[in-house]
Amino acid sequence: MDYLLLQMLNGVQLGLLMFLLAAGLTLTFGIMDLVNLAHGSLYMMGAYIAWTLIGWTDSFVIGAILTVPATFLLGLVVEAVVARRLYARDHLDQVLATFGLILFFNELVRVIWGPAGKSIAVPQFLNHTVEILPGMPYPAYRFAIIVVGAAVAVLLAWLVARTRVGMLIRAGASNRRMIGALGVNIELLFSLVFGLGAVFAGLAGLMAAPITSVKIGMGDDILILAFVIIVIGGIGSIKGAFIAAMVVGQIDIVGRAFLPDLLKTFMSNAAASTAAPAISQVLVYVVMAGVLVWRPTGLFGQRT
Amino acid sequence: MIAALRTPRGLVTVLVLVVLAVLPLLTQAFDQRYLLSIGTKIVIWSIAAVSLNMILGYGGMVSFGHAVFFGIGGYAVGILSAHGVSSGWIQWPVALLAATLWAALVGALSLRTRGLYFIMITLAFAQLVYYVGGGLEAYGADDGLNISRSRFPGVIDLRNKASFYWLCFVLLCGTLWFCSRFANSRFGYVIRGAKSNDLRMTALGFPVFRYRLAAFTISGAFGGLAGILLANEGAYISPAMMSWVKSGDLIVIVVLGGMGTLFGPLYGTIAFFVLEESLPPLLDLGRKGWGEYWQIVFGPMLVLIALYARGGIDSLFGRRR
Amino acid sequence: MTAPLLSTDRLVKRYGGLVATDNVSIDVVPGEIHALIGPNGAGKTTLVGQLTGNVTPDSGTIRFAGHDVTRLKTHARVALGLARSFQITSVLREFTALENVALAVQAHAGHSFRFLRDARSDESLRGPARTLLEEVGLGSRADAPAAALSHGEQRQLEIAMALAGDPQLLLLDEPMAGMGAEESQRMIGFLRALKGRRAMLLIEHDMDAVFQLADRITVLVYGRAIASGPPAEIRANPDVRQAYLGEETA
Repeated sequence: MDYLLLQMLNGVQLGLLMFLLAAGLTLTFGIMDLVNLAHGSLYMMGAYIAWTLIGWTDSFVIGAILTVPATFLLGLVVEAVVARRLYARDHLDQVLATFGLILFFNELVRVIWGPAGKSIAVPQFLNHTVEILPGMPYPAYRFAIIVVGAAVAVLLAWLVARTRVGMLIRAGASNRRMIGALGVNIELLFSLVFGLGAVFAGLAGLMAAPITSVKIGMGDDILILAFVIIVIGGIGSIKGAFIAAMVVGQIDIVGRAFLPDLLKTFMSNAAASTAAPAISQVLVYVVMAGVLVWRPTGLFGQRT
Repeated sequence: MIAALRTPRGLVTVLVLVVLAVLPLLTQAFDQRYLLSIGTKIVIWSIAAVSLNMILGYGGMVSFGHAVFFGIGGYAVGILSAHGVSSGWIQWPVALLAATLWAALVGALSLRTRGLYFIMITLAFAQLVYYVGGGLEAYGADDGLNISRSRFPGVIDLRNKASFYWLCFVLLCGTLWFCSRFANSRFGYVIRGAKSNDLRMTALGFPVFRYRLAAFTISGAFGGLAGILLANEGAYISPAMMSWVKSGDLIVIVVLGGMGTLFGPLYGTIAFFVLEESLPPLLDLGRKGWGEYWQIVFGPMLVLIALYARGGIDSLFGRRR
Repeated sequence: MTAPLLSTDRLVKRYGGLVATDNVSIDVVPGEIHALIGPNGAGKTTLVGQLTGNVTPDSGTIRFAGHDVTRLKTHARVALGLARSFQITSVLREFTALENVALAVQAHAGHSFRFLRDARSDESLRGPARTLLEEVGLGSRADAPAAALSHGEQRQLEIAMALAGDPQLLLLDEPMAGMGAEESQRMIGFLRALKGRRAMLLIEHDMDAVFQLADRITVLVYGRAIASGPPAEIRANPDVRQAYLGEETA
């Protein structure tokens, strides 16, 4: 029972990380109509930049805080140099160009940071466990991810629901032409949203780094998962992305944690431990396919 | 053939086909066996690219999971071979059938969606198979599996590099021939019309979904053929052959060569492999060691192609028709 | 009166709280031109969508040529002889005029799961297509890409495509939209020449055209058919004058 609860918490933690990544993706698609495959590269860049900044400042917290403006700046540059030219293009052009960006960033990282992976240590003040329930210890760092992730999710919900920028974002996601009619500086809004997406992606990369590792291509597979999430949730819908991220997080973690034991009842140990992660990955895609067959525009997507 | 030589496009096409047809002789004459192996890969990838072009170029269906057919074709051959079924007469039809059925299933489910949803659902189905491949402990899981080549006793020995190359080349020619029929037949007009304006096609009375599904299925079958050949080329299968990056590469190739053109995918494949092989040494000329980072040049090239060169290589040879 | 070719029985379609069509019952008899008019937002587009099969009604039935087609897919309705033109010009821009019409002919020539024969030299498609282009006055533009045709020519091309397969009913969604006076007049002449051979349901804003062409007129306001009858009767109807024509004459 405790084990299940722990794994579910891990699922929440993964889900929140995925949500950070998916939020930027769903906003850029919903508002700018941009399929940005390079969003995973921003995640990777976030992790590498954080690694450098933490090394320089010799402080996890300061390095992490500095990562935010750095990734924002990176987002603005990518937007200005490439993304901006793609908004009006069809999806195929966008796929092609941002696929090129992935190759570029993966290689850039290799040039700057070298081919070997890096690791960011869990900061000292979080390197212990907290007792979330009596008699149930949980790593403090993972708990911190949940707290920060939830805080960002709440912040984003507030931003979208209550502020003027959020109003524009919602208007843009439901009707792109409308924001133009409102006489808003669209270019600025677009840059801002893209930069914000980059910050979220970078933040996700930074927070994931001490748990996984910082390596080339780390954003590629997770990007696909983020796409799956926004597609399940319905493109452009923050709420949908949140719910889908939670679902995917649970499937992935709980599947990995419990499938091996289940599978061992009818196959060899080795086969079971190879098959289990594969099956939990597969499950995610099965859920997505099922949702799309049932609702071709996702859970909260716009009906046409 | 003679008339074709009068236009630049025709001249290039004939030249490319002739060079490909005699490639084993050339590589033997200049003692460049490595080049034959690249040539074989080019021919096999061209078959896959032509098959993707059927739906992407002519049909406007942006499938981001086409490499899955490499995997299905390859794994069908590999799995049969691992169980001692080495006859190509059994392996190949089974592999083709598997690819066709999978394409029909994926098409039936994903063609209900549009736009980004279609892109992502085709990718998702490909990932699904990719992870299944990675989970098959008995067939090497992520590491893949060495297999023995398909046997066609008394007909052809696939272990002979030159014979295998020529078989691939003949199959490429067959695929190109089918694609030319496909594009200009009644069926092709429906598919191309639906790309241009599917609402209009429906209003004209075409059940567009059925035609798209048929095209998707056919395309998958030819993709499976490429997978069969790829597995035989390296005598090896692994999930990596159907990773999403390979699907991306295939899209790059089709766009690079010229979407919706018969020979575009062939030019695209050649260009792609030539770049992959030549960029590293070229960069090394600038400074030793730079070649390793060739994708830092290739990536931005893709961006530029997407932004400014959508006609692809084919459009360099003048306007069509 | 002869049996109607097309008839709807109390069609209802709601979008949230808005009733786009509110128990609309209209019919079209063979050979007549029945015009449907109404101010913007009256529900014309929704009604057309339900007739063509793009929109599913919440309740009510549609009968066409003796069949209940309420739940039938678009292509099946076309096969029964219901053809349409679009409000916003909808041709296949990348194809030539001839190819556009040839495709329309092909749609009625059995299934298209044919791979081997080159459709470009298929006279069983191109022949009838050329005849249709001549009929709408586009014979000389056969090989021009549709994208290069003028707006008026594209509308003519649309009619030619709708005529392929010899439909029993033509559903014309604002065929005069965006046309100059001269082009409109030519289109009116052309539609008049077609009259009697095929029934037409004409949705049109151009009142001149409607009163010149229509045998009967139905007026749609806020999703309801408030009046239906011959032009003279509609012109005289006080409700119509107030609800609709009023804004034109005022």
